[in-house]
Amino acid sequence: MTYTDTTTFTIAGLPESGSVADAVATRAKIFAMTQAAEEAVLRPQDCGAFSHTLRAGLAARVAQQAKDEALAQHYLKGAGEYANLTDLAETGAGQGLRTVVTFVDKVANQTRDISAEDIAGLQAEGVADADIVRLCELVAFLAYQSRVISGLRLMQGAAE
Amino acid sequence: MSRIIHKFTRNVPHWQPRVTPVKLAEATEAQLEALQVTPSNTKVSDYVLTLAHDVESLKVRSPLFNAIMYDPGGMSRAERELGALGASMVNRCIYCAAVHADRHAKIEKDTSVTDALFAKGEDADLSDRNRAIFDFARKSAEAPPSAGAAEVSALRDAGLSDEEILDLILSSALFGWANRLMHVLGDPVRKEVSA
Repeated sequence: MTYTDTTTFTIAGLPESGSVADAVATRAKIFAMTQAAEEAVLRPQDCGAFSHTLRAGLAARVAQQAKDEALAQHYLKGAGEYANLTDLAETGAGQGLRTVVTFVDKVANQTRDISAEDIAGLQAEGVADADIVRLCELVAFLAYQSRVISGLRLMQGAAE
Repeated sequence: MSRIIHKFTRNVPHWQPRVTPVKLAEATEAQLEALQVTPSNTKVSDYVLTLAHDVESLKVRSPLFNAIMYDPGGMSRAERELGALGASMVNRCIYCAAVHADRHAKIEKDTSVTDALFAKGEDADLSDRNRAIFDFARKSAEAPPSAGAAEVSALRDAGLSDEEILDLILSSALFGWANRLMHVLGDPVRKEVSA
């Protein structure tokens, strides 16, 4: 896969030539590694408590909160029975996910306010430590990917 | 005893996990490989042992982190650290801010920039170039990101090339990731010696 085929490059909507694409080409390895990270957090071999469809549903939700409609649509394609999570009023309660969805929303959007109680709350609900780490990696990766995409769009806007 | 640190500092604290890290003696083959544990290298931090719970992510994130922060060309090492620091201050990741403020000061052999940022935050008195870099990183780190055309213009006016701007986008975004692990999964603490 070349950098022009990565989610980060295509969702940013960049033309395949021009000054921004030239800059991205100098960091082609980083874009390929970013794609590998997307595979690892969205479609891992060992899912733990979170299936590929649930991960995609949560990813689409976080992308929506970041006001990135194109990225939300990208993840929505894999969300299956969890497509409802892109409705930001959805609590996840009907699927037994209220605690998980509340935690994801807070890590994504009120990062600074996270405290030990938030982790203790997940543990009290029976979420295993390994699954807490998996959930954090998913949300954390999306924070990174959505910000690279929005930055690339700003660069492209300035180049036009 | 240990005391949780709430104020920004360059004096790097100890990181205390809120979940139980993987025990090295019980690690799987895949975990040992991702941890790069060899007979001559058995020292692994609690942070990395915590992340080893999700070995597939750990394995790809470490080389990505190193590439964004240390690969040659583009933006200087110190300025990438400033991008990392801007994001870490927005997310109030005390540990990440300490590590990357300390690296900035050591690379620059000067503590004045990080002293000013820790004393006055976004109102710190900075050079035009540092101001443009810090503001872009800070606004990009907000949720949702609020950096816009004005911040990119300021970077160009301060003389940054496309390659440097891309490296700033990458380094500040990377800390959107790192902060959500470090700040969420553990506490920055000082160990206190009991009398």
